[in-house]
Amino acid sequence: METAETRNRKDGSRPAKLSREVQARLGQQLRSLYDDVVNQGVPDRFTDLINRINVPGNQDGQ
Amino acid sequence: MDEAVRKAVLGAVPSLRAFAISLCGNVDRADDLVQETLLRALANIDSFQPGTNMSAWLFTILRNHFRSEYRKRRREVEDSDGRYAETLKSQPDQLGHVEFNEFRVALGQLPADQREALVLVGASGFSYEEAAHICGCAVGTIKSRVNRARTRLAELMSIEGTDDFGPDEQTRAVMAGGGE
Repeated sequence: METAETRNRKDGSRPAKLSREVQARLGQQLRSLYDDVVNQGVPDRFTDLINRINVPGNQDGQ
Repeated sequence: MDEAVRKAVLGAVPSLRAFAISLCGNVDRADDLVQETLLRALANIDSFQPGTNMSAWLFTILRNHFRSEYRKRRREVEDSDGRYAETLKSQPDQLGHVEFNEFRVALGQLPADQREALVLVGASGFSYEEAAHICGCAVGTIKSRVNRARTRLAELMSIEGTDDFGPDEQTRAVMAGGGE
């Protein structure tokens, strides 16, 4: 049975499709989180690791 | 190792870390995952096809390694010491601190396959086709996972329509270019 209460909730209770605004906002938050890590650059441990690696056939292993 | 290859690997590290953190939910374990990925990749660098996308190649190795070795331990100690938040030095100013944290928690609650699809497409900048290749599934599967991830995120954050944004949120969205 539909009551006034369920009618009031119906818009928000089960979104079939998110509005563009909501999607844009979620996307913005996701990129903020991700880019914050990206902007930290390459930690020394990885620069050292990559520079240290001596791949077979590599003459400038450094 | 070819200098161009070395540079390409180095250049991919920042986004590789970001992806690893989104999978592990813990910075220390994510960095271990990146380290193991790099060692594997460099040991098998001959199987990299020059001219193809180095990032996609590394993401594939990382994702497979995570699936086989890390997933069972996944997020069990998620940010127990608060290091994740601590690492995020420049908390996005345009987003409220509370809302930002809420988003991070909600993202961590998504099923792993939905989260990785959302991150690959929504943050790493891969196409649906590239994401499908990295995850070893069909393009349609990626699309559906991304859609389900967005819907679930909105549910978890109780954002179910534009009405749920308060006046402050709307103002901020407009100022950030998200509105009209």
